[in-house]
Amino acid sequence: MLWQALTLQLGYNATLVTLGATLLGVAAGVTGTFLFLRKRALVSDAISHATLPGVGLAFILMVAMGGDGRSLLGLMLGSAASAWIGLLCISALTRRTRLAEDAAIGAVLSVFFGIGIVFLTFIQTMSEGRQAGLEGFLLGSTAGMLYSDAVIIAVGGATVLLAVTAFRRPLSAVAFDPEFAASSGLNVPRLDLIMMGLVMAITVVGLKIVGLILIVALLIIPPVTARFWSERVTGVLWVAGIFGGVSGYLGAALSAIAPALPTGPVIVLVSFAMFALSLLFAPARGVLAAVLKHLSFQRRVHVRQGLLALAQGQPIYEKLTLRLLRRAGLVRADGVATSDGKARAAKALRDETRWQMARSREEFALAATFYDGLTEIETVLTGDQINELDRLIGAPKGVRP
Amino acid sequence: MTAIELATSNGTLMDDHGADAALAIRSMTVSYGQKPAVFSVDMTVPRGSMTAIIGPNGAGKSTLLKAALGVIKPLAGSATVFGQPVENARARIAYVPQRASVDWDFPTRVLDVVLMGLYRELGLLGRLRGTHKTRAMECLERVDMQDFAKRQIGQLSGGQQQRVFLARALAQNADLYFLDEPFSGVDAATEKAIINVLQGLRADGKTVVAVHHDLSTVPDYFDRVFLINTTRVAEGTVEEAFTPQTLQEAYGGRLAMGQLGQTALGT
Ligand SMILES: Nc1ncnc2c1ncn2[C@@H]1O[C@H](COP(=O)(O)OP(=O)(O)OP(=O)(O)O)[C@@H](O)[C@H]1O
Ligand SMILES: [Mg+2]
Repeated sequence: MLWQALTLQLGYNATLVTLGATLLGVAAGVTGTFLFLRKRALVSDAISHATLPGVGLAFILMVAMGGDGRSLLGLMLGSAASAWIGLLCISALTRRTRLAEDAAIGAVLSVFFGIGIVFLTFIQTMSEGRQAGLEGFLLGSTAGMLYSDAVIIAVGGATVLLAVTAFRRPLSAVAFDPEFAASSGLNVPRLDLIMMGLVMAITVVGLKIVGLILIVALLIIPPVTARFWSERVTGVLWVAGIFGGVSGYLGAALSAIAPALPTGPVIVLVSFAMFALSLLFAPARGVLAAVLKHLSFQRRVHVRQGLLALAQGQPIYEKLTLRLLRRAGLVRADGVATSDGKARAAKALRDETRWQMARSREEFALAATFYDGLTEIETVLTGDQINELDRLIGAPKGVRP
Repeated sequence: MTAIELATSNGTLMDDHGADAALAIRSMTVSYGQKPAVFSVDMTVPRGSMTAIIGPNGAGKSTLLKAALGVIKPLAGSATVFGQPVENARARIAYVPQRASVDWDFPTRVLDVVLMGLYRELGLLGRLRGTHKTRAMECLERVDMQDFAKRQIGQLSGGQQQRVFLARALAQNADLYFLDEPFSGVDAATEKAIINVLQGLRADGKTVVAVHHDLSTVPDYFDRVFLINTTRVAEGTVEEAFTPQTLQEAYGGRLAMGQLGQTALGT
């Protein structure tokens, strides 16, 4: 069953829903990256909670006009309208009052959500309301999704993805340095509005699958995860898109075999698993990589300091240094240097002397920035430059090239 | 008489000559709240000149630059660049912000930052090509940072970051350069590297406007000064406008008289 779900063999509808969710995940990861880089993650939480009154009102209106009330398109339009009003409220509160944005977000989020819950409770009392399944919009559900719903989600996701891709350069310029961006002619408020509009589109499109409480996870966890893997915006965008897509795909596939399970939480758990793994194991910025890098760096520093001490005939007191030197066969058990150790020590001292000279001369200023106490000077300077250094050092105190 | 001669003899140009100037600011007032940060300021920067904007902390120097660049909207007044409204002259302006409000942990490498100087030229859908990268690398070379092209921006020292921002402005390939305190927090070697680049720009006929704090180097680095303390205090060539009297007026009691006398008389 699980295998069939993962390989899209659970029938036409389930397959379509899974594909839609995947596309939505990719679009959300990519859009969320800009939200994350611009440090506006929480606004998306307010946007998503502000959709609820719109969902309720749209349902009531559609029923009042004699319609079905469950039309996804209608509910989406309603949710978009109320999310937009929520967004306007936040921006008005921050601009016209002395309220900070986080306070405005908190106020709008809770008030809109509260109003939405009142509407939903009222709908429960309507005769048409009992089977409405609007609770699905809270935590997301793929159960009973129609072919047309899946198509709307897929098309919506793809459209947002295209738009974000087109705007990737101005959006990242604004996120990095808004003043410079404005000086080069970018309209910063308008770009912020475009970003929020795209976030709103993702929210509205994802409402049915992920649910409004957890959609923020689909927008924010993938970019945060991706940040562990790359030091460039392009890289973060790609990885966030892939992680978002995988979350959407697994979430939808898993909830296809367990319809009682809400889709939103499954998607969040999948993306959290990827986050945890990246936090630990990512090569660029992961915790484990950092620890390993630190340990190896510490060892090299100890060996180097030990060698310099040997060359200058100073005693070595640190146990770790001695142990490392002994393990490398550079000193004997009694602390006396082996012949290997003597050669390496002389080399280290010569390196250090050359570095000191290079760092004191202006013509080597650029090379001097590479000094870290470990790098061998031959890897930075040419033979001619080293000869020049040796000439400047002059009659050496016991070190010959 | 050319615009530059006019400017140097009068200190300011008449309004109808503003079209010839690289930058002309007219009765500009900028305010963040009820209290204006810049009040009714006129400023004229002749083409090919190098101007220092000088004034105490909070005098409105950065604000004036940002308003001239159209980054903030002035309450009153206007700025023209080469005789045109700023919006129409963007391609001819480059900017190095006061270092800065950027997020140093931003996922971007040095070369990517310099490439941002080309985004305006590239437009929304233009493709980033090899030639653009070559150009960005050349700009890094001009500030001696080519070996750091692949570093994450946060892994640089303050002086190196300043050089990268200068390289980004160079990539904009402009005619008028605005720099907000390019020398703050940099050592003598970097200061020299930056001033060499700026003087190179002037030699190519470009115009440079820089906010500057070190009074002792003003006469060496610049040919014009603009003294501001919310309102304009003095404007003109170094000889005309950089005097103990004008400095006293701009800084009030904040500089010891002896210090004032030394820097300005030493010109
Ligand atoms: N974003 C802002 N919001 C409110 N007030 C501001 C803002 N930026 C600047 N100000 C105020 O405007 C005045 C001028 O500030 P500005 O940054 O232009 O000064 P400056 O001359 O550049 O100072 P410095 O030498 O310290 O850089 C100051 O009193 C400052 O407090
Ligand atoms: Mg300033």
